[in-house]
Amino acid sequence: MTILVVAEHDNKSIKAPTLVAIAAAQKIGDQIEVLVAGSDCMEAAEEASKAQGVSKVLIADNAAYAHQLAENIGDLVAEIGNSYSHIMTPTTTSGKNFMPRVAALLDVAQISDISSVVSEDTFERPIYAGNAIATVQSSDRIKVLTVRGTAFDGVSGEGGNASIETLDHIKDSGLSCWDKDEIVKLERPELTSARIIVSGGRGMQNGENFALLESVADKLGAAMGASRAAVDAGFVPNDMQVGQTGKIVAPDLYIAVGISGAIQHLAGMKDSKVIVAINKDEDAPIFQVADFGLVADLFKAVPEFEALIAS
Amino acid sequence: MKVLVTAKRVVDYNVNIRVLNDNSGVDLNNVKMSVNPFDEIAIEEAVRLKEAGNAEEIIVVSIGTSACQEQIRTALALGADRGILVESNDDMQPLAIAKILNAIVEKEKPELIILGKQAIDGDNSQTGQMLAALAGIGQATFASQVEVRDEAVTVTREIDGGLETITVKLPAVVTTDLRLNEPRYASLPNIMKAKKKPIDTYSPDDLGVDAAPRVHVLKVEPPAKRQAGIIVENVEELVDKLRNDVKVIP
Repeated sequence: MTILVVAEHDNKSIKAPTLVAIAAAQKIGDQIEVLVAGSDCMEAAEEASKAQGVSKVLIADNAAYAHQLAENIGDLVAEIGNSYSHIMTPTTTSGKNFMPRVAALLDVAQISDISSVVSEDTFERPIYAGNAIATVQSSDRIKVLTVRGTAFDGVSGEGGNASIETLDHIKDSGLSCWDKDEIVKLERPELTSARIIVSGGRGMQNGENFALLESVADKLGAAMGASRAAVDAGFVPNDMQVGQTGKIVAPDLYIAVGISGAIQHLAGMKDSKVIVAINKDEDAPIFQVADFGLVADLFKAVPEFEALIAS
Repeated sequence: MKVLVTAKRVVDYNVNIRVLNDNSGVDLNNVKMSVNPFDEIAIEEAVRLKEAGNAEEIIVVSIGTSACQEQIRTALALGADRGILVESNDDMQPLAIAKILNAIVEKEKPELIILGKQAIDGDNSQTGQMLAALAGIGQATFASQVEVRDEAVTVTREIDGGLETITVKLPAVVTTDLRLNEPRYASLPNIMKAKKKPIDTYSPDDLGVDAAPRVHVLKVEPPAKRQAGIIVENVEELVDKLRNDVKVIP
């Protein structure tokens, strides 16, 4: 029983969710191979070979894989995937994009966003925006899984010594091509791996007011998040969105400011260790999940909060 | 251009769902059902393509019990031209749904297939990608902007770090993200007109698809409940708790 983990990477380094997927794979078996498919991605492959628990790294280095186009990556993984018992990747936008293609090409089901491994064929996963947890069993010969990034502690990225094997499979479907990226520059920690998150909602009233939260985030070394309402209103870019349709986070501390706490938002953050809510509406549903709630005008409370944490 | 869209019948997004006491699933009795919000966005996008002169016909498909007719009628009222219901009382999983849609794609030969990026009940986010794989065509998932050109579609996609733009040859599958558009409401005259639009009904067998589930749900449970928290009086107390009680800030 050998497990294939498809790495999420930027050709230079392995992204943290990959280490989480490896950790989930370790709960199933101990023969774990990691595929790094990209362009000029040897650095990322070398980094993958140092991750704990990896027995072999496969590298597919070709311009066709440069931007993780689903058609090309999907074909590649489906072709090599036949000899594995499990194929896993983190539930990132990239993993969500190519993995169902792999499953369909292999004529097997996919189990999305697993939050727990019960046995080699049985897994838990959240459904209905995290309001129910389903335990599901797969009867397929190959289990195709995506792994929730906050559900497992990632393996260490150091100390491993796996061999690197080069694959010469080149899959270029010619069906799609990459035009451009508009990547949001991050000066703060990345949302999905941050220890503290400061998040704003409709109550912030406009984009300029997010500066209030930014200075709190800077003092705490925190990442910035937002509710869908704040994104839809154009206050902040959509990659900051936390929720069922945005990012799933589980930091040590989540500070929700001016966020009412709709089902879809709670889906993305209710596994946080400590939740703080600052909202002037004492009936806001966010208070039902908050460990510490403060009913107050955020425009007064946030500057006060910032002054106190600085002292 | 012919456009195919989907309209999954799901529990309305505002409903607080309840897990059944026997852990067999979620209580769907007397619960408000709606078109999956991401599918509404797909329908809206198709209607806009038609209004812009890029599409001639919009076909809406729903797969499930006969009650799914309601969701097809909603799509017809929003501007779709005709409906297809693939009727089954069985548990329909993404792979089976993708196979059924693929059979319809072979029959109808649409140039563009627009689906929601995920259904808010199963939260799988698989069907569009699986359909594209089975049909052997390209895909553009999580679309926040769609521009149809001659033989291709250029799509801006929402990815983890920001946005990405790709161009995919037609025919292609596009799955919608929330920011693609704001769906319209159906007007009463359009709801009346929709009643006259045709709906064809098939079974998975008619289409030659084995829809047997591959994944078996052993149980469904409510998530772990969070301990009730406390309301603090002021900011000083809040900072004190965070610093000294739970020690999450320095």
